[in-house]
Amino acid sequence: MAEDRPDAGLTFTTRGLTKVYGEGPAAVHALRGVDLNIPDGEIVVLLGPSGSGKSTLLNIIGGLDRASSGRAWFRDLNLTELSDRELTRYRRDHVGFVFQFYNLMPSLTARENVELVTEIAADPMSAEEALALVGLGERMDHFPAQLSGGEQQRVAIARAVAKNPNVLFCDEPTGALDSTTGRAVLHVLNDVNAKLGATVMIVTHAAATAAMAHRVIHFADGAIRSVERNSTRQSPDEIEW
Amino acid sequence: MLSALDHKLLRDLWRIKGQAAAIALVVAVGVLLLVMMSGMLNSLEETRRTYYERYRLADVFAPAVGAPEQVLERLRAVPGVAAAEGRVTGAALLDMAGQDLPVRARAISLPALGAPRLNAIYLTDGRMFTPGRTGEVVLLKGFAEAHGLRLGDHLRATMNGARRDFTIVGMAQAPEFLFTTAPGEIVPDDARFAVIWMNREALSAALDVQGAFNEALIALDRGARLAPVLAAVDRILDPHGGLGAYGLKDQISDRFLTEEIRGLRVSSSVVPPIFMAVAAFLLYIVIARLVQAEREQIGLVKAFGYSDWEVALHYFKMVLAIAVFGALLGCALGIWAGRAMAGVYQDFYKFPFLIFRVDPASFVTGVLVSVLAASAGALWVLRGVFRLTPAVAMRPPAPADFSRTGALNERLKGWLDQPSRMVIRRILRNPGRIAGAVVGIAVGMGLSSAQLSLLSGFDRTLDLTFGVIDRSDVSVTFVQPMPSGSVHALRQLPGVIEVEPVRTIGVTLRNGAQNYRGAINGLVTQPRLNRAVTSQMDTIAMPREGVVLARALADILQVKAGDVVQLDVLEGRRPTLEVPVTRIAETLLGAPAFMHMDTLNRALREPGRVSGAYLRVDGARIPEVFAVLKSMPTVAGVARREDARAAMQTLMDTGAGMMRYVMAAIAGIITFGIVYNAARISFGEQARDLASLRVIGFSTGETAFVLLGELAIVVLLALPLGVGIGHYLSFLIAAGFSTDIYQIPTRFRPDAFGTAALAVIVAAIVSGLLVKRDINRVDLVATLKTRE
Repeated sequence: MAEDRPDAGLTFTTRGLTKVYGEGPAAVHALRGVDLNIPDGEIVVLLGPSGSGKSTLLNIIGGLDRASSGRAWFRDLNLTELSDRELTRYRRDHVGFVFQFYNLMPSLTARENVELVTEIAADPMSAEEALALVGLGERMDHFPAQLSGGEQQRVAIARAVAKNPNVLFCDEPTGALDSTTGRAVLHVLNDVNAKLGATVMIVTHAAATAAMAHRVIHFADGAIRSVERNSTRQSPDEIEW
Repeated sequence: MLSALDHKLLRDLWRIKGQAAAIALVVAVGVLLLVMMSGMLNSLEETRRTYYERYRLADVFAPAVGAPEQVLERLRAVPGVAAAEGRVTGAALLDMAGQDLPVRARAISLPALGAPRLNAIYLTDGRMFTPGRTGEVVLLKGFAEAHGLRLGDHLRATMNGARRDFTIVGMAQAPEFLFTTAPGEIVPDDARFAVIWMNREALSAALDVQGAFNEALIALDRGARLAPVLAAVDRILDPHGGLGAYGLKDQISDRFLTEEIRGLRVSSSVVPPIFMAVAAFLLYIVIARLVQAEREQIGLVKAFGYSDWEVALHYFKMVLAIAVFGALLGCALGIWAGRAMAGVYQDFYKFPFLIFRVDPASFVTGVLVSVLAASAGALWVLRGVFRLTPAVAMRPPAPADFSRTGALNERLKGWLDQPSRMVIRRILRNPGRIAGAVVGIAVGMGLSSAQLSLLSGFDRTLDLTFGVIDRSDVSVTFVQPMPSGSVHALRQLPGVIEVEPVRTIGVTLRNGAQNYRGAINGLVTQPRLNRAVTSQMDTIAMPREGVVLARALADILQVKAGDVVQLDVLEGRRPTLEVPVTRIAETLLGAPAFMHMDTLNRALREPGRVSGAYLRVDGARIPEVFAVLKSMPTVAGVARREDARAAMQTLMDTGAGMMRYVMAAIAGIITFGIVYNAARISFGEQARDLASLRVIGFSTGETAFVLLGELAIVVLLALPLGVGIGHYLSFLIAAGFSTDIYQIPTRFRPDAFGTAALAVIVAAIVSGLLVKRDINRVDLVATLKTRE
């Protein structure tokens, strides 16, 4: 089906993507047919209330979950047709994740947490380089328990970017942080996008974050309500918290 | 009206129902074993007591050559004697159709009319013999069953050298023959020894002891002391060829039953406590995890104004609920299982009835011990509840602190990748928890390897006894001591390769207050077929002076080489000898004593006499040899080694012996339970980390390594410890099971430990596969979204 083939220059393409949890009257329609084009190298912010489907979309195109119907492509790789093993491969080679609760390995130091990824990635940068990128060059031999929340989140970002990912997924990356640390984390994401050219997709409740994005997608009731492009982007410092 | 916290309790219990049920089951199995075993012990003892009482089993047995009836009056006058009764008893040989060997039997008289005052029998089939009909007999039920004999069948017997035909008119059980053993043999065997009861007149005539009795039965007054009565009875019967009176505890059947009950008691005191300890350990881990996971809720509830105590009580109730449920379930199952097992034992011990009585104390003990064990585990956790302040509890937990495990970093870093470092650091951070799992698995493994090494110990007992110590194929017993020339006659038989004479006499061995009623085997100078051996299995040459004692016998008499023992000979002119103990021999079956045949005969003033012989026979010609032996009137009995061995095997595999298999199986189950739980708990604790690994691109196999690496190390640490514990336990349990009837050798058994280790490894692999399945199924999204 040649017409379905995504255009070049797009990181993600979805067509008629749905996700249903449960069955019968109790079924929850998390996604109700999502069509989407995400160009390479953009910062994309997904906004919307809880349960609007934004995290579900992120999970499907991040290779963590499967769609009920429809298609999703990463470049020209059809994600909806991959086996579990191939999805693991996809995450390993192309995707970085940053979560609200950091999800660091408590038994590994900051450096080792990053090395956890660089040991298995195809074309990684060094752990030291990744940690320097997030401004943590000094504290890389500390364990997570010895780091503040913001520092832990920066380690998580370093871990996500160390493999030189094509795309960085961030689910509520500043949700557990105060405004100063939150801004610092957004700075790092901005830098990663600028320096590595990775597509950065951020799911958040914080509408103000949208000001730093190239593109903002508004979600409601499992569908895209609107997509806007920011003609001028704000620096994270200017964002109201 | 339930409080809100109680509602939460019920819902929490429902939520962890799988784990709660697993723990309750462990508790239940512990209580079940306790209730079942104590119930069985109680029932066996109660049934034995009632059976003995109802059928008036004598307290003292006093064999003699022949004493007139009037002597009974003198026996009755002995202080402490409640009743005395005489009976006639003698040996018989039964010629069983289709059997190549005659079967030894004991004929016992019963009064022509009415029940005997002592040692009554329980008629299971048919009827008693009719007065005046001399050819009617009542046969021991166990023997009849072993040979498929029925009422109305005929028995051909040789008694006192004469052939007689009998008709079986009844079958009976008797408390004095719960176990039957042919004279000179150690192992009970239903098939190879018969008891027939017959009319006193007929038996007296057959044995030529008219107007006399040759065994006195005596019942004691309640509280009477045994020793003075035995002494008085011996004095009275001495002029009538008394062969030494003995108490019930030296009676063969009772001695076996006592040993069986003792074996059961050993098992019942070892197994249930182990289950309780395992249950406490599991409860501790589960509740600890629960409290950790609920720290937020605990903080919240405390913030509402609930006191530490109220919150602690809430979790304590959960522990109690699980423990009490398990204990009650165990009680119910214990009664059921006890009843079922008691039925099995009733058949096995041939009790005509069974008084099933559960020990109420076992319920109380079971419930109390479960609750205490569970509480002990829970108390550790509840300390944590007290320490949580509302503010701390409501903040998300900080990442576990691994900074103190960093000391090994530099050395580790060189050769460990990150997943391996995770495994090692987790172990270093929480050595106590790892140690708990290691010890738990090691105890389980130790218990099963100890049981296995016991089982192979039994095999070794059989191999040594019937292969190394006794190398004969057949043993022959003469009707009475014969001149040594009769051995030459045996040697002439076609097919007989080697013959070794033996002179066996009944004696009571004494050392001060210690005494043992047994036998002395008079052997040739250099025995080759039936030997006394050193611990290196070298033949001990029979010394011209002194006696060689089996280690078990030396222990009973509390003597060592160089000490002097007193021998009261129970045959012939019945001398009392003082002889030095020259050597201690290794034996595993029975508690024999050995002397030089010539020395023994000289002491008896019966030179050149033999009472039997050991034969080595050409295997192909055994039927031929048996046919000749069967026709020799001087031969009272012929025993085949293989039969004795098989009987011993049966004895070890049934009754109390069966418990050993049950215990080995249970130990295996415990081991698997702990291994699996260790894996599951580790999975629960690391679920988030594992999901994170999956998300950042680790395959399920790579992720499983982080989880199962720990399990592998725990198991590897547990294996050597398990070997050590097993080795120690096998000594303890072997000592518990060893009796003067058989001893269990304990030594390092690589095969037993290999099997147990293999079982642990298989348990670990199965647990690993089960948990890996959970890794495959884990919901990555849900796990990452929750904050623990």
